Amino acid sequence: MDKVTVVQSRTLVIPQSDIDTDQIIPARFLTTTTRKGLGKALFADWRYDSTGKPKPEFLLNRQEAAGCGILVAGNNFGCGSSREHAPWALLDFGIRAVISTEIADIFRGNSLKNGLVPVIVDKATHGWLVENPGAEVTIDIATCELRLPDGRSVAFPIDGFSKYCLLNGVDQLGYLLSHTDAIARFENTRPWKP
Amino acid sequence: MSGQSLFQKIWDDHIVVPESADTPAVLYIDLHLTHEVTTPQAFSVLRSKGLRLRRPDLTLATLDHSTPTVPLTSLSDLDVVSEPAAAAQIRLMIENCREYDVQLLGFDSDARGIVHVIGPELGITQPGKTIVCGDSHTSTHGAFGTLAFGIGTTEVGHVMASQCLLQRRPRTLAISVDGKLGRGVTAKDIILAIIGRIGVGGGTGHVIEYRGSAIRGLDMEQRMTVCNMSIEGGARAGMIAPDDTTFQYLNNRPMAPKGADWDASVARWRKLPSDPDATFDREISLDANKLTPMVTFGTNPGMVVPIAEPVPAGTDASFRKALEYMGVAENKPMLGMPVNVVFIGSCTNSRLSDLREAADIMRGRSVAKSVRMLVVPGSEQVKRAAEAEGLHEIFRAAGAEWREAGCSMCIGMNGDLTASGELCVSTSNRNFEGRQGIGARTVLASPLTAAASAIAGRIADPRPLMAN
Repeated sequence: MDKVTVVQSRTLVIPQSDIDTDQIIPARFLTTTTRKGLGKALFADWRYDSTGKPKPEFLLNRQEAAGCGILVAGNNFGCGSSREHAPWALLDFGIRAVISTEIADIFRGNSLKNGLVPVIVDKATHGWLVENPGAEVTIDIATCELRLPDGRSVAFPIDGFSKYCLLNGVDQLGYLLSHTDAIARFENTRPWKP
Repeated sequence: MSGQSLFQKIWDDHIVVPESADTPAVLYIDLHLTHEVTTPQAFSVLRSKGLRLRRPDLTLATLDHSTPTVPLTSLSDLDVVSEPAAAAQIRLMIENCREYDVQLLGFDSDARGIVHVIGPELGITQPGKTIVCGDSHTSTHGAFGTLAFGIGTTEVGHVMASQCLLQRRPRTLAISVDGKLGRGVTAKDIILAIIGRIGVGGGTGHVIEYRGSAIRGLDMEQRMTVCNMSIEGGARAGMIAPDDTTFQYLNNRPMAPKGADWDASVARWRKLPSDPDATFDREISLDANKLTPMVTFGTNPGMVVPIAEPVPAGTDASFRKALEYMGVAENKPMLGMPVNVVFIGSCTNSRLSDLREAADIMRGRSVAKSVRMLVVPGSEQVKRAAEAEGLHEIFRAAGAEWREAGCSMCIGMNGDLTASGELCVSTSNRNFEGRQGIGARTVLASPLTAAASAIAGRIADPRPLMAN
């Protein structure tokens, strides 16, 4: 995983709440056996018509979406399926952080393991972001701060371990495997065997 | 100090390295269930890093998600019935399992089926275990008093390589359902009512324990239906204390403990239920006496109403968009809405008791001419048991299609689809936009309600059709 220290970008705003992972990437794209190239399937059913042509009115197809790396979405973003294809599709499209008032558990965990930053903010901050699409904002991982263009700074929660992994580009599997001896001890000494 | 909850007991029993302020816990996983869709990239990581799969003996694989539900006489049939990508994915799973020595219950196995149907059926889902799978409906196994939750593909790789996961301790939510269910009201209606109450994000960050007299009164298949949809309320895991109902279900299952091992296991399992003075971070209660058949009206499982009650009105943009997508009018009940497709199946409702309930409604009746109905057993074992009872003949005589085991129309990636604009009454778990096919509209309901709707050609209350 690459290091992620600061994400600075204009925002894309999709204010709808409860955006599930079937919307982020529909199941028919899950027959892939790699994690690459899924950006074209991002929000496919909202983004393309039945003939596969981009719908001009959908945000991701509009000129102002080009180069935006931060998605502001409604409450409970990423609910539903455990498909890691959802953060893979967002990252491949160029989204590097998602801001919402709530982000679903599995999606949040999957995002952190891929360097997509989940940012949970209070309703007032979220409301401001929704009303000001395209605002240039900065997400600073080291200080856990979201900085708005008017100079305001809003703290967001991120656990210490995930923060360390993002800042240092640490693959969590390496950390897990550093406990191999403890895992073997656990297997050998537990009173019952699965 | 207060007593411990079921969750806390299992959590504590699996801590390899405790969590600290700076680091998550290293949690041991007793059973890793796998399928073709969420594992290819994890096997690739093992391969690229030169890692072995640590515990093939604690790993079990099946084919269900992108797997067709039409009969295959040989593997080469895949190229005829499946999309090339799906066929390639299935073949890769077969190769990966061979290379990494994982037991695959594939097309040649009489135990193949939906991953959350076969674990319990084989008796490998057991109380007190930690169970994970790259599938959010892994919560199903919590019905046995296990801590079971869905994970992403990176974590699938973590479990393959280390048999462990890095986890922060979640909060706990106790949901008590007391009272007696009325006739025609099922486990599906309980869980839909719960999700309607807490909302699709209501359980985020929590593990649910379902308790109370109505939950204790459910059989294992009904308990699985309840736990299955925990994730639709935002909770990664939902669990129910193991009891004699649990033990009776497991006794003599192929992979359940036997002899003295069985006795020792049951003695250990009896200690798992939450202590009487256990506390939870949140508690909610529901009155089972007041529940009726439930149907969803929108595009997430929290948008749900009792079948005869009007769809609520709302001004929120997301709410309006959902009603527009569904073609549903506010202030009117869902009852009577025309139906194009009925799907009975999925890890929520594809077990023998679900099929029996549907068959009881359908016996001697016909599916409405305007309706296409698919009945898809959850596993090869369910299929055989249903056929031994003649259930398939009842469905076929009524005009329904009887298929091979698989996820089928719950997830539009195996050829079973609802067409754009069509309305499907489905016993599955997600009514998201496009879940059953691009533009498909899904109404979630119990097998009873689905069967009654197939006959009426409209969303129908099953109770008038039930035998006394």
